[in-house]
Amino acid sequence: MTTPDTQAATPVVEMRGITITFPGVKALDGVDLRLFPGEVHSLMGENGAGKSTLIKALTGVYQIDGGTMTVDGVEHRFSGPDEAQNAGISTVYQEVNLCANLSVAENVMLGHEPRTGPFISWRKMRRQAAENLARLHVDIDPASRLSAHSIAVQQLCAIARATVRDAKVLILDEPTSSLQKAEVDELFQVIRELRDAGVAILFVSHFLDQVYEISDRLTILRNGRLVGEHLAAELPRRDLIGLMIGREGAALDAIERGAQQAFAGEREGVTPTIEAVGLGRHGRIEPFDLAVQPGEIVGLAGLLGSGRTEAVRLLCGADRPEEGTLRLGGEDIRISDPLVGLRNGIAFSSEDRKREGIIGDLTVRENIALAVQTVRGVWRPVPRKELDELVDRYITALDIRPANPNQLVKNLSGGNQQKVLLARWLATAPKLLILDEPTRGIDIGAKTDIQKLVAELAADGMSVVFISSEFEEVLRVSHRIDVLRDRRIVESLTNGPDVDQDTILEAIATKEVA
Amino acid sequence: MSGPTVELTPDTPSSPPPAQPAAQPRPSVARRIMQHQLFWPVVALIALIILCGIKNPTFLTIELRDGNLFGQLVDIARMSATPLLLALGMALVIATGGIDLSVGAVMAISLAVSLTYLDGAANPGSVSTAAVAVLLGVAVALAAGLFNGFMVSVLGVQPFIATMILMVAGRGVAMLITQGQITTVTSAPFKFLGSGFVFGIPTPVIIALIMLVAVAILVRRTALGMLLESIGINREASRLAGVQSRNITWLVYIVCALLAGLAGIVYGAPTMAADANNIGLMKEMDAIMCVVLGGTALSGGKFYLSGTVVGALILSTIERAVVIFHIPSQITPLFKALVIIVVCVAQSPKLRELLRDGAAKLRPRALPEVAS
Repeated sequence: MTTPDTQAATPVVEMRGITITFPGVKALDGVDLRLFPGEVHSLMGENGAGKSTLIKALTGVYQIDGGTMTVDGVEHRFSGPDEAQNAGISTVYQEVNLCANLSVAENVMLGHEPRTGPFISWRKMRRQAAENLARLHVDIDPASRLSAHSIAVQQLCAIARATVRDAKVLILDEPTSSLQKAEVDELFQVIRELRDAGVAILFVSHFLDQVYEISDRLTILRNGRLVGEHLAAELPRRDLIGLMIGREGAALDAIERGAQQAFAGEREGVTPTIEAVGLGRHGRIEPFDLAVQPGEIVGLAGLLGSGRTEAVRLLCGADRPEEGTLRLGGEDIRISDPLVGLRNGIAFSSEDRKREGIIGDLTVRENIALAVQTVRGVWRPVPRKELDELVDRYITALDIRPANPNQLVKNLSGGNQQKVLLARWLATAPKLLILDEPTRGIDIGAKTDIQKLVAELAADGMSVVFISSEFEEVLRVSHRIDVLRDRRIVESLTNGPDVDQDTILEAIATKEVA
Repeated sequence: MSGPTVELTPDTPSSPPPAQPAAQPRPSVARRIMQHQLFWPVVALIALIILCGIKNPTFLTIELRDGNLFGQLVDIARMSATPLLLALGMALVIATGGIDLSVGAVMAISLAVSLTYLDGAANPGSVSTAAVAVLLGVAVALAAGLFNGFMVSVLGVQPFIATMILMVAGRGVAMLITQGQITTVTSAPFKFLGSGFVFGIPTPVIIALIMLVAVAILVRRTALGMLLESIGINREASRLAGVQSRNITWLVYIVCALLAGLAGIVYGAPTMAADANNIGLMKEMDAIMCVVLGGTALSGGKFYLSGTVVGALILSTIERAVVIFHIPSQITPLFKALVIIVVCVAQSPKLRELLRDGAAKLRPRALPEVAS
């Protein structure tokens, strides 16, 4: 861990050795964090690194199990968010956390309404709200409904609300995820002014460009542990990414790599199974090109929020593209709906197994049968004998445990649920299989099974798009790797012995968008 | 429909396959019966019938008069027909995570249309006129179902609100049709639907049974049942798996309204009086109650037609028990509520957990202690 020298200033917040334990997991393990007045400090880390847990410890949402926390030199142990607020720590959460159907003034002043006797003084409230907004250069009618304004303005209202009481510390959790470029600039202007006024700002964002644009200092977490604190100016991007994802991974991946990547490469004259040209959707993913040959595995690599999921959702009908064309076997096609995708041999396995994958209260058999059934249509049920054969075949082939087709799928482990979902998609005999984080949160055995299966399916001629947050896994499985950053595909790499995690990191960190 | 051939070789073929997680001991037969979702409703039904039988021994007798069955139990079956018709459709709607509050009003509209047509017909006593009257009543129910389904599945209005529109406005429509009068007509074939007998069994019972079989075939012999459960459990996951939830949801509201229309005709046929204000009043609540008594959760998902049948029988048995026990009519609703509370509480998973834990405490020596 490196601790660059800081100016003589004393930190306004100092967290030392913070430990938080959830049943069975150490969510935070001895993490330090210092926030200096007049600085923008970015908290960096992959999904699950412990960023939000640390923020929630600081804002009193979670109780800490170990460590100390001082604000302005006074030791605190917050037992609720209101205590943290009283100590001068304000938070703006990721999703705009306001009441859209109330007025702007009510939202800004909620909990701090000026009163005369027991009654709220509405006029005073509107005036105070307007003053607070004016500090952020927002000039809107405080009596107007919040929902009448753009997300960006709502975001600023949330900040105004957080700064109603003179905040010493302002925490901004992913404040830019739903903003346009110009709106981000506006927000950053406000952040700089608050910083110059001496507020310590803790900033969390998945957008690396923005992190480097606004931050003075970075703290990096990985797996609930502190990796280091650096001055932004002194830490090159690719080193930052390396710290975030952990370089130990690189040693592991050398083991199995090599043989799989024997894809014949560019087969001239072969029609791609699917080809996207300039496919895009406003605010989700910039227009991109992507082609997958029969038997090819294309990996999508990028940090969380880089647009990986958003891109593939346009390929399968989960979302509708707003521009660009999609070609299936060389012919233009419009996929308006997941069923159209399935009928055309495109299967999509979502990253969100619980919400977008399994039907928890149905049995393993029904879950496997679901997509086959919808392709056949409601009125042509799969004959029972055929169904049992199909289900038995996949339970055996994928080694689903317990091997009981009548078990409710919600009672299976994560890895086995994932296998049931794979069985569901494979049963439709797709030409293109899109796997979004198929190995997230499952044990190593199931993970290897799935990686092997993907390789075998491709060897049989299936096209596969494979998304994973673990670069090591993408490298192991894919023939070609498209790298995404900030909702764009910035690089397309042909996998080979000379391509490794560094190559991907390099592409994410430096590749300029055309 | 054959998937690609998948063959996975085990990682280490030489080693024995990893032990299966210890199979849970197969629950005893008694236990499995007790855990069946029909267990408590059936117990409640049998208990009610036995209690009534003790209080009034003639309760259990069924006699054959002129080749037709008569008796209290037959009456209960007859009274169950209307709530069952409503509840069959309601069960499907609830399975998708919706609700249909308009069924009572649809009953009133259908009956009003049928009777008004008969009233104006030249020969209301003829079979063909009665048949047209029934068809008209069912057709207007179809329109109601189309409207409800459109609101819910296409416009995305919350089912509670969407069907409340017809629940409130439907009676107004019925009043318009009957012009505020209580239309009464005489038509033997129409009346037969409510108070006749087929093979000695009351016609409403026959109609309800036919519809039960029809709905069962519709949902269990096609994939409809599974798909609508899947919608009710996880709509987004279903969409991504290609389930056309809009069409299916729409269809379900149509089926529900059709059955409600039929229920209205069966319910009103014995008296042949189209009282737009009172026909089917609060019947939507009875229907929901039957569905819930039968073990279907209001949150959607798994639904049980057999349970719904038991639910409808419980409901009518309660109504009859009230008479047998001479319970004053003022506290009848209270009695009804008590029985329902007992059944619902008995079904609650929380209570079962508590009981199981309690039972485990009573058997402290279940695990032999290791001798020290």
